[in-house]
Amino acid sequence: MTDTTTTPPEIGGIGHSVKRVEDARLIEGQGNFLDDIALPGMLHMALVRSPVAHARINGIDSDAAMAVDGVLAVVTGELMAAHNLAWMPTLSGDTQAVLATDKVRYQGQEVAAVIATDPYAAADGAELVEVDYDMLDAITNPQQSLAEGAELIRDEKEGQTDNLAYTWETGDEAATEAAFAGADRVVSLTTHYPRSHPSPLETCGIVADVNSVTGQATIYMTSQAPHAHRTLFALVAGLPEQNIRIVSPDIGGGFGNKVPIYPGYVVATAASLLIGQPVKWVETRTGNLISTGFGRDYYMTGELALSNDGRIQAMRVDMLSDQGAFYSDAQPTRYRAGLFHVCTGSYDFPHAHIKCRGAFTNKAPGGVAYRCSFRITEASYLIERLIQTAAYELGIDPAEMRLRNFIQPEQFPYETATGFVYDSGDYPTALRKALDAAGYDELRAEQAAAREEGRLVGIGIAHFTEAVGAGPAHTYDIAGLKMIDSAELRVHPTGKAILKLGVKTQGQGHETTFAQIVAEETGIPSTDIKVIHGDTDDTPYGLGTYASRSTPVGGAATAMVARKIADKARHIAAHLLEAAPEDIDRDADKFFVKGSPDKSVTIQDAAFAAYTNLPEGMEYGLEDVTYYNPPNLTFPYGSYVVVVDVDADTGVWKVRRMVALDDCGVRINPMIVEGQIHGGLTEGFAMSSMQWITFDDDGNCIGSNFMDYLIPTAWETPRFELLETVTPSPHHPIGAKGIGESATVGSPAAFVNAVVDALAHLGVRNIDMPVLPDRVWEAIDSAGG
Amino acid sequence: MEITVNINGTDHTADVEPRRLLVDHIRTGVGLTGTHIGCDTTSCGVCTVLVDGTPVKSCTMLAVQADGREVTTVEGLKSADGLHPVQQAFSDEHGLQCGFCTPAMMLVGAALIEENPAPSDDEVRWAISGNLCRCTGYMNIVKAIQAAAAAASSDGDG
Amino acid sequence: MLPARFDYVAASSVEEAIAAKAQGGDESRILAGGQSLLPMMKLRFATPANLIDINRIGGLDTIERHNGHLHIGALVRHADIAASGEVSGAVASAAPWIADPLVRNLGTMCGSVAHCDPEGDWNSVLLATGAEVIAQGPSGSRSIAIGDFVEDFFTNTLADDEMVVALHIPVPSGRSGGSYQKLERKVGDYATVGVAAHLELAGDGTISAAGVAMTSVAPINRKATGAEAVLVGNAPSAELFAEAGEAAAAAADPRDDVRGSARWKRRVVAAFTRRALAAAAEEAQA
Repeated sequence: MTDTTTTPPEIGGIGHSVKRVEDARLIEGQGNFLDDIALPGMLHMALVRSPVAHARINGIDSDAAMAVDGVLAVVTGELMAAHNLAWMPTLSGDTQAVLATDKVRYQGQEVAAVIATDPYAAADGAELVEVDYDMLDAITNPQQSLAEGAELIRDEKEGQTDNLAYTWETGDEAATEAAFAGADRVVSLTTHYPRSHPSPLETCGIVADVNSVTGQATIYMTSQAPHAHRTLFALVAGLPEQNIRIVSPDIGGGFGNKVPIYPGYVVATAASLLIGQPVKWVETRTGNLISTGFGRDYYMTGELALSNDGRIQAMRVDMLSDQGAFYSDAQPTRYRAGLFHVCTGSYDFPHAHIKCRGAFTNKAPGGVAYRCSFRITEASYLIERLIQTAAYELGIDPAEMRLRNFIQPEQFPYETATGFVYDSGDYPTALRKALDAAGYDELRAEQAAAREEGRLVGIGIAHFTEAVGAGPAHTYDIAGLKMIDSAELRVHPTGKAILKLGVKTQGQGHETTFAQIVAEETGIPSTDIKVIHGDTDDTPYGLGTYASRSTPVGGAATAMVARKIADKARHIAAHLLEAAPEDIDRDADKFFVKGSPDKSVTIQDAAFAAYTNLPEGMEYGLEDVTYYNPPNLTFPYGSYVVVVDVDADTGVWKVRRMVALDDCGVRINPMIVEGQIHGGLTEGFAMSSMQWITFDDDGNCIGSNFMDYLIPTAWETPRFELLETVTPSPHHPIGAKGIGESATVGSPAAFVNAVVDALAHLGVRNIDMPVLPDRVWEAIDSAGG
Repeated sequence: MEITVNINGTDHTADVEPRRLLVDHIRTGVGLTGTHIGCDTTSCGVCTVLVDGTPVKSCTMLAVQADGREVTTVEGLKSADGLHPVQQAFSDEHGLQCGFCTPAMMLVGAALIEENPAPSDDEVRWAISGNLCRCTGYMNIVKAIQAAAAAASSDGDG
Repeated sequence: MLPARFDYVAASSVEEAIAAKAQGGDESRILAGGQSLLPMMKLRFATPANLIDINRIGGLDTIERHNGHLHIGALVRHADIAASGEVSGAVASAAPWIADPLVRNLGTMCGSVAHCDPEGDWNSVLLATGAEVIAQGPSGSRSIAIGDFVEDFFTNTLADDEMVVALHIPVPSGRSGGSYQKLERKVGDYATVGVAAHLELAGDGTISAAGVAMTSVAPINRKATGAEAVLVGNAPSAELFAEAGEAAAAAADPRDDVRGSARWKRRVVAAFTRRALAAAAEEAQA
């Protein structure tokens, strides 16, 4: 492991595997998750969801539900409409039904809510709400949706005459076409990245406490972005923003699922306002799986124009996304398919053209960045699958194919064909290190011998580059809110500090790592710093934690505010040491006069002086706030190698080894970074092997609970071997790039490439995810293997 | 129906509806919220508690079935001697991230090392295969349970 | 996802449980492990008016060998079977693959068998080994061959006033072995394909009795009688097992579904039958 520490362990700055502060409460069952919150007089809400995918609502009969002991109210779309809350805006400029008034557009859509004194009574009531439906044909894929004569799903939307949700394109079409026309070879791959669901183990929930006398709305909710949610609540519900306090307590995993505002939040808040008591709503697992933000569902055709010696000259992509019934991707306003245009990957070529369309279907809306920075997972998957296909077609080893096309270290900063400016990297070193660790040459020899014996062994590679840390205000906003973030640092007279963040942890360990950044920059021991986040009344504004933006943006804000504090402390130290500020230097734990290290004061001395003994004209106190607008995204990358054994009789495949090299720049806490990678690799394995949501022809969701939506257990999950290189981001204050999503973005292609590689000699080039045993067996069988 | 359940060494008597799930009784009846709920189908295991020392999913047991029995939840792991070895090991080995599955994982780990003082990687993975985790990829959970086993047996030796 | 209301009785004897069940008729359900029933009640797929808890009845938790069979009582948990030194063959082979470790701590073998889920593993094991279900009613107990016990999916032939008190699995006097092969997508999953095999060997090493049964590839667990006929009287060999595998595949009647195509499931049946028979023969010959 690279040692990047400059502070001793007792300070615990950057590079130390400091034990997590969060753990103390969580290992004793003292976490405070949403469902743990109980307020006096609190009521409970259960949602009534549509059992069908597409139907007109004729009427809703609440009488039987109202007769249940303990049921106080049944909220319908009609009631919401009376308060102008039956529809709400989405994060992609569309509108979405809160409670259906006209028709239901997907199975699981919210139709009514039952408010009761007890969750059991609420469930009893929800069973008895009778909804009269007139069935309509369900549209279950985007091809069907865009076909001539398809039923209009969004008939309520003014000006909408078909099921097209958006179109978007980027790149130089003419130059790309010219490159394809002149290419020696063109290789293509058509693949579907299936619909997946983040499924944090804690579902979404809210306790809405609206005081009808004071107008104060205290809203506890499972939110990855509490400040943005406060503003959206103000805009949607018309509540004055100073009266809205969002508190995001301990969160049991987010992965993008807790970024959007869901109908349940709005209904519970409205119910609390109308009834005058706190209302709790906690999703069922089925509710979570069938109605909240999914990820992926991209149908992609990618093509590479190549020279005979395997050099990529251009890339062309035609993509069609399945948006579900409402276009509600959580993504920057300017981009209609997220950052999918990062699909040129780690390779140096001049031209690309990307054309995207999205279609409405009778499926749940969402399109969240599921452990990914806005569609980068799909992009990375496409290029890494495509380059392997090209390698086979040209008869070049897949590793060699990548080495021939890599952006070279001296080319950074490197502007891609679609306009990203990659900050830093050394791709060949990373790939070679991962290949060496895996024993690549030996594995290829073993594979050849195994094929002779009729055994199937596959070696899959993926070398991904992510674009994370959105983002610069000139380009990135969500619902108009610029994607900056903030940190406020208060140092108390005794030298202990409080750091307040605009971002919000869901398990990433912010309470530990952000304190380490302050420790690095100020010399205050990380254990003396309390990190506060998640409460909008008590923290500065920020867009929240998703798209790997906490460290790139919130972490940078933290470093910058700590530097302001350290600078003021330096001036105070100069005063205490009776020297000029420019003659004061700092090491890990003290300020000293240049050339006289024995004449020193500590940060704690300076902190005390900030409230007791200041130089003439200096303002009292030692606190500050920074709003950080990043100059660019950051571009973490990695090289993954997977070895699989495939059982030809059944199509069952097992991961023998998984070697993962990640370069996320400077690692603040190596232990936590590795934990993030383990988790990300597991989700990548899950998506590649078993985890997907599909629908039958009537639009019934197959994958509506954890018996059908498969999440791997420890038994199926491979063991991971981790490696690293460290290439700092030149524009980030501490050189960090972000790590939370890399492994989920990069690894699916590695797993799928490995299985396809096992069958490549049979002519197999693609198996769509999830790579289920039957798909593998069918591929072998149809290849005559 | 009146029941008395011994939870973490203390008898709790309450009048409950027969349909009340044990997990709801523990969380809202007794007020111990370290035991969580994550699914509807007995799949995720975040509601795991020990009933008479055996790990079970408390979402799939009625509170009335626990009448007269001894239940241990995460709040009962710590003793007068301090943290249970699994608690210490989960923190030391970074065996948790969001912490939602952690109480369950620790209870299963505690029950495992009672029976098997030196479980292999496979044995730990097998034992926790009724419990899901979305954050850690299980690597450090396995490491933590093995470390706890080692710590517990060296305590015993000493 | 919370159960509807019901009346609850904790029976203290089999007689009391049977009386309560008789009184409630088809609105009554026995609660043993509850690991299939309670999830169905939470989803409100099952809404029994009366729940009869048998967990406090003494003497139902025994696993013992007598009179040429293995007796498994109504409160024997899957985990008890997996840990027992009394079991062998297909029973021992299947036990660790039932559900997941925590469900195995509560769920009972008798409960699974009575549940008659065609995706349940135990009924294939019982079909392959020729087991019997012991049912008790007001006038005493009777023994029902497993093939007669399962009427249809999720339907057994118990009378309203009967409950399952035990299973009897034959313990052959000679050399025997068995195995259960299960394709599950992950731990806790139902079988996509399961095959149970049971072999008994004569003194000359030929197969004197054979049982092959399949999970999840027919409307109910299905005995592959054609495969059994291929085996009996012949010496164990890879070729013979391959032939039996083909016979089993032909007897399977799987569906195309999200788990995979029928065509593929048949091939898995063939492969698993071969493997289960090889493992069974190895155990018998050991």
